[in-house]
Amino acid sequence: MFDASALIIALTVFVLAIFIGYEVITKVPPTLHTPLMSGSNAISGIVIVGALLVAGQADGITGQILGAIAVGLAMINVVGGFMVTDRMLKMFRRSGEGR
Amino acid sequence: MITEALFTIDFTNAAYIVAAVLFIVGLKQLGSPATARNGNRLSALAMLVAVVATIVGNDIASWEWILGGVIVGSGIGAISARRVQMTSMPQLVAVFNGFGGAASAVVAAAELIRLIDANEEIAENVSITIMASVIVGGVTLTGSFIAYGKLQGLVPTRPLLLPIRNVINVGLLITMIASTVWLVADPSITPFLIAAGTALALGILVVIPIGGADMPVVIALLNSYSGIAGAATGFVLDNNILIIAGSLVGASGLILTRIMTKAMNRSLANVMLGGFGVEDGAGASGGDDDRPVRSIQPDDAATILGYSQSVIFVPGYGLAVAQAQHQVRELADLLKDRGIRVSYAIHPVAGRMPGHMNVLLAEANVPYDELRDLDQINSEFQRTDVAVVIGANDVTNPSARTDKSSPIYGMPILNVDQAQSVIVMKRSMSSGFAGVQNELFFLDRTMMLFGDAKDSVEKITSEVKDL
Repeated sequence: MFDASALIIALTVFVLAIFIGYEVITKVPPTLHTPLMSGSNAISGIVIVGALLVAGQADGITGQILGAIAVGLAMINVVGGFMVTDRMLKMFRRSGEGR
Repeated sequence: MITEALFTIDFTNAAYIVAAVLFIVGLKQLGSPATARNGNRLSALAMLVAVVATIVGNDIASWEWILGGVIVGSGIGAISARRVQMTSMPQLVAVFNGFGGAASAVVAAAELIRLIDANEEIAENVSITIMASVIVGGVTLTGSFIAYGKLQGLVPTRPLLLPIRNVINVGLLITMIASTVWLVADPSITPFLIAAGTALALGILVVIPIGGADMPVVIALLNSYSGIAGAATGFVLDNNILIIAGSLVGASGLILTRIMTKAMNRSLANVMLGGFGVEDGAGASGGDDDRPVRSIQPDDAATILGYSQSVIFVPGYGLAVAQAQHQVRELADLLKDRGIRVSYAIHPVAGRMPGHMNVLLAEANVPYDELRDLDQINSEFQRTDVAVVIGANDVTNPSARTDKSSPIYGMPILNVDQAQSVIVMKRSMSSGFAGVQNELFFLDRTMMLFGDAKDSVEKITSEVKDL
């Protein structure tokens, strides 16, 4: 069994998202490349959604433990990534602007 | 009941569209330092929307385990985000990349076990993407931890070359393909575990031969992989928000990788094949160069700087190692008070990751509009009285423009040699990462100020105060 239509829809989304990402991210100035990396780290924590799904639907204990591990790993990315990015961006100020 | 099920699915997917738009707008706002902080908040909001929609729209049976994962993960994330030093940001990003890859791989494992236990027929595209998810995730996990080790000095930073590494790597790739074919033909946990083990080994073997100086490229690439692994997991679960957000991260990492390789004058293939710096580092140490250089003392430097009209600081990683950012900013403030125009020239590879030097200077309270990148600043050196090079080397070497036989020929450099006069702060005459002597040091207009950067800048500052 090969679900071709589901695969094509997913591929369409994938290809379009890559193009949007390329267009948006080439406009990020070099000054912000480190926050961009830590921020995109946080966004890659989106796998939390997948982790919640598998953890919530798991029947056996193995599945539940694996789900919990995935949730934990993804949450490190989400919470750590957004917090450290905010910490960095807070430091960027224009001349004459106070802290 | 059917209508209710349809409603929840539609609700979740509608919320995912909102989340996707918020992610994209958030990244768009990272396009300027003025809006970047808000952009980061929008991305965080997008994540919240996606998580809530997932929980509301699906039957989450067991809460205890999930809650445990959330608490432990959030705690570790929050503590590391608060504690990390800005100089260690590359290590943090490397570790987070690794965790992201691992999360994707674990989700794939859990989904495979669920499908096998439920005795469901597994569609071929699902088995293939499960394998893609665990392979990319596994490589990202171990590769990132080796990169972390190299940055932290736990793993030797010099390239480690196994004699038959190419044979081993090809063997690992064949094993991965074979186990994927096996899983598609006969779904079971064994081929999955083989692929996972192979991916973990490959991650180590791919990063070990790469030198410490090339880690910025490796981190950017692994950043991309962590996104691709997430997108692959989206294919497994047929989940659009995973595919979209994963692709955005994948694109971001690839763009940064390209920027870094371009700035280092290397191709990605050349970085990944590794071994850079082995032959150069040993042979041409540049130590036997006995041409004369002009050496000055801090009080001379203070006079030159204090009576100039424009100054460009050129910071390199040496500045961050000496923790001299605050001292440099203090000196810059003092010069600005004397009516001198001050800016900073930042080369893309000035730090240990893309944009790292900008963050280190922002931490020292340097305004971002004084930080100029290569394209913005290079035409200005000609009109500048003094360029002050602190802890930077290869990126200021004029041979990159002129000497076709130089290993760094063609690398984009800062045209420091075009300034009216140049002060270079450096510990000794040793050569940079590329192992070549810097022609800049021997120019008539160049003055060498030897010693610890922090110490030298402090002395100059107190001398300028007395002018």
